[in-house]
Amino acid sequence: MKSLEELQRIKEAQLEAIRLREADQKAKIVVGMGTCGIAAGAREVMSAILDELGKRRLTGVAVTQTGCIGLCAQEPLVDVILPGKPRVTYGKVDASKARQIVAQHIVNGIVISEWVVNRGEE
Amino acid sequence: MEELALHILDLLENALAAGARRIIVTITEDTERGLITIEVEDDGRGIEAEALAQVLDPFYTTRKTRKLGLGLPLFQATAAQCGGDLTLESRPGQGTRVVATLQLGHPDLPPLGDMGATIAAALSSEQEADIIYRHRRGQKEFQFSSSWLKLHLGEVPLNCGPVLDWVRRYINKGLAELHGGEDW
Repeated sequence: MKSLEELQRIKEAQLEAIRLREADQKAKIVVGMGTCGIAAGAREVMSAILDELGKRRLTGVAVTQTGCIGLCAQEPLVDVILPGKPRVTYGKVDASKARQIVAQHIVNGIVISEWVVNRGEE
Repeated sequence: MEELALHILDLLENALAAGARRIIVTITEDTERGLITIEVEDDGRGIEAEALAQVLDPFYTTRKTRKLGLGLPLFQATAAQCGGDLTLESRPGQGTRVVATLQLGHPDLPPLGDMGATIAAALSSEQEADIIYRHRRGQKEFQFSSSWLKLHLGEVPLNCGPVLDWVRRYINKGLAELHGGEDW
């Protein structure tokens, strides 16, 4: 079965990535998945991120989610946390912005300031 | 919500927020009776009896960030609009079960939508929960379970891009086969 062979390849690439880096040095992308986020298109944003990470074979990025954090008017919200850097929150993200966030912020380390709604610690 | 799958994602998020360890999503397309039934059952903390009467009120929420709940009442409104119904059963400490039934041929019925992306989004939660998704259509059935996926992945976490992307495509392919390539 073709899908399972593909899963096996993903697993091997991922295990290799785990061997190469410290567990706590992982980049992280967090998508807001409250009702407000879902209704604003958060799931499409997450799909675009997953697709872009898959295409670029970026295995060292954790993708996760959070509930409503009270910034409903800015949904869909995406947090990017690079190791050793403060958390950056992007607002009103759509699928195309999400792909650019992966390319610019995750790959090149450049924050796209015009879409940032909050910067935090961590 | 433009898709039934987005309502389902909202229910999955509720279940995760309730601390569920196991969530079962069952979708049954009964083409003979012209009904689609969507069931989400979790073993989360459940809803107290006095709150149960209120959760379908859009102005009720346990959240402290804003004063609207909206998720469940929105799905209930969609079900009612499509000649159907949404029911909620819950036992504090044991779990919650939401069942929505809608008429398949109803002109207001939203498309099922991207179930693959919905399950992938729910699996991206850092909370450890087993998610089982069963989709029946007539005699045919598609099934996905996150514990099966974990068995294949070993120590590799679910919430990395390529794995979740694979889940999305795997589920959508399975559903396309179930529907025999028909459009929704």
